[in-house]
Amino acid sequence: MNFDDTPQEAAFRAEARAWISANAPKQYEDELRKSSLGRTALKGADILAVAKAWQKKKADAGWACLHWPKEYGGRGATPIERVIWQQEEGPFGKLSGMFIIGHGMCGPTMMAFAGEQEKRKYLPPLASGEKVWCQLFSEPAGGSDVAGLRTRAERKGDGWIVNGQKIWTSGAHYSDYGILLTRTDPDVAKHKGLTMFFLDMKSPGVEVRPIKQANGQSDFNEVYFTDVKIPDSQRLGAVNDGWNVSLTTLMNERMSIGAGVSTGFPELFEFCNSLMLEDGPAIEDRNVRARLADWAVKASGLKYTSMRAISALSKGERPGPENSIGKLVAGSMVQEVAMYALDLQGAAGALSGPDDAEVAGKFQAMLLRAPGTRVEGGTDEIMRNIIAERVLGLPGDIRVDKDVPFNKIPTRGRA
Amino acid sequence: MNFDFSDEQKQMRDAARKFLAEKCPPKAVRAVLDGKASYDKELWKGLAEMGFLGVAIPEAFGGAGAGHLELCVIAEEIGRALAPVPFSSTVYLAAEALLLAGSEAQKRKWLPKIASGEAIGTLALFEGKGNPSPKAIKLQASGGTLNGVKKPVPDGAVADFAIVAARTGSSGRDSDISLFLVDLKAGGVEVKSLTNIDPTRGQAELTFKNAKAEPLGTAGEGWGLLTQVLDRAAVLLAFEQVGGSDRALEMGRDYALDRIAFGRPIGSFQAVKHMLADMYVSATLARSNCYYGAWALSTNAAELPEAAASARISATQAFQHCSKNNIQVHGGMGFTWEFDCHMYYRRANATALSLGSLSYWEDQLIDRMRQKNAA
Repeated sequence: MNFDDTPQEAAFRAEARAWISANAPKQYEDELRKSSLGRTALKGADILAVAKAWQKKKADAGWACLHWPKEYGGRGATPIERVIWQQEEGPFGKLSGMFIIGHGMCGPTMMAFAGEQEKRKYLPPLASGEKVWCQLFSEPAGGSDVAGLRTRAERKGDGWIVNGQKIWTSGAHYSDYGILLTRTDPDVAKHKGLTMFFLDMKSPGVEVRPIKQANGQSDFNEVYFTDVKIPDSQRLGAVNDGWNVSLTTLMNERMSIGAGVSTGFPELFEFCNSLMLEDGPAIEDRNVRARLADWAVKASGLKYTSMRAISALSKGERPGPENSIGKLVAGSMVQEVAMYALDLQGAAGALSGPDDAEVAGKFQAMLLRAPGTRVEGGTDEIMRNIIAERVLGLPGDIRVDKDVPFNKIPTRGRA
Repeated sequence: MNFDFSDEQKQMRDAARKFLAEKCPPKAVRAVLDGKASYDKELWKGLAEMGFLGVAIPEAFGGAGAGHLELCVIAEEIGRALAPVPFSSTVYLAAEALLLAGSEAQKRKWLPKIASGEAIGTLALFEGKGNPSPKAIKLQASGGTLNGVKKPVPDGAVADFAIVAARTGSSGRDSDISLFLVDLKAGGVEVKSLTNIDPTRGQAELTFKNAKAEPLGTAGEGWGLLTQVLDRAAVLLAFEQVGGSDRALEMGRDYALDRIAFGRPIGSFQAVKHMLADMYVSATLARSNCYYGAWALSTNAAELPEAAASARISATQAFQHCSKNNIQVHGGMGFTWEFDCHMYYRRANATALSLGSLSYWEDQLIDRMRQKNAA
């Protein structure tokens, strides 16, 4: 048992470290390091422009999408090399936020299902960040039950006409392309009538409307489709096999090891180390210490769980199912941590203006953003189902709509 | 990076699991639970023959000389099987104290007997209510004899010798505390068995009346040594807790698959599935914290105090969580004497207290994290 790199890993790490040290946008390092959930903006700079510039620089030097094949803009690196890169990239990795969906989900789906010509055309600019991609799955009527989606794609000539609405599309407002899951046959059971496409987000009939979230920010969008034309050459997988295609996409979403989930604990520990309560330093208060210790072992447990997965990668093995707990644990923890940080401030904890709030309102922003973390990318409940069914082998839910044609499934709970 | 046990260590875990499945079925645990024996003597002998008692004891002292990673994997299996033997007191506490602070003669005398199963050892630390603290140690040492009362002492009723924490000064500082080794069969010690929530691991009261004692380690350094022994034992006991957590989770999962209610396996209901998923989360976090503890223990890393506290807290929480919800998944049957669920619940809650309770270790963890931050 050790934490040491193999000689090859050490050599790779040294090369990555040297390149990052010589090329990273250091002027933003401090701000990026301090940013936390609900607050990743740069003062006096457009974070999207900074992110795109960093991604392009990495791509030109062969450090983008490390695990992708070289011919598609990657490096052909091993999974463990990808993890080492993430460790070395450190706070600059936060600049990759706008590319996560494209690199982590759209790219792999294109790689698995697009034609060779399309792959060579679309993947390299995706890798270099010149083109940004989004994923159009969720709908008002299909969130956790994504196969309940209603956006229709109908054949017309050698192409398709799409009508409908998507929701919760991250980054649609700055995306150039998207992968789109549609219903092509409403007369069969819901999973059996779906088809996947990719499309140009600038196509006529695509309208993007930002959603004002509960925390006042807008990271997500509604996307409306009105008679949008998509050529058949942009279909991914067979007609009506979209559900299987989407499983590839979602599997890749959950494979993101070492990406690091935010628990809020380091921020809270630092805060408690400097905060003075009525009776003395917060860190010397019994109640504070007990709460901190409980969260500390969750945070360290997550850290060492991902180390175990990384070890498996290092040995060329597939990581076990342990990593599926990360999002579930971190999502609710960051919310509790934020609430506690405010609690420690008493009535003043409600103040969120940067001049009045402790640590410039970091925990207030975290609190207001946190509910989203327990919903996005699979709700807490869906994550528990996944653990129960895929890890523990418990039976799936009884699905009353499984063999019912999609257009016969009830759409309202109360008549 | 290889943050995992080696193939050889995993083979040892498999061997220990196989051995314990055969020699320590629930029936054997029940024999001790029902008071038919104070511990399972046959199993103790078998563990010695397998080389498990001395796995971390150097060959020069009659052990296998393997190491602490090997002991961790065995501890996990001891916990999974709820082995009703004085393993934790003898191997994690007494043997570790001897290895840390014992003189050559003390090691020569006792370590081979531990490895061979001839001697049971323990640590006599507590004196009634409360968590480990130099102030709580009142038992007096003077002129090579001890006077005072220790309770609870784990496996104290069956132990042959005890490492005893005693007061040798009155300055009010940690240096008032020294460690002693007492041969419990040499007279001067009254032993009384105490009823406790987990009868498969005995507790006792030891009354020392001019009991002859030899110093263990340097006089006045007892508290520092104790802290180190408790850290080492915390990691090892945490592996027992993780083994117990995993088994309780499996029992709950298996029952949820078999039991039918409302026409379907109860494991298909989300209320039950989610409870089991949360148990898996606790057990996984604990295991990962324990691996870090194992690494720190086996390399004697500077991170050991923090890693030990993390492993201890996380594994205590996981075993309590998994054992109580295992009963919940079983419903009414889980609350019968006949089903094994309560044996895990008893062990989880007794183990949660045995080296100092959760609140003590939470306090320790924060102190240690602050020290690291300040450094």
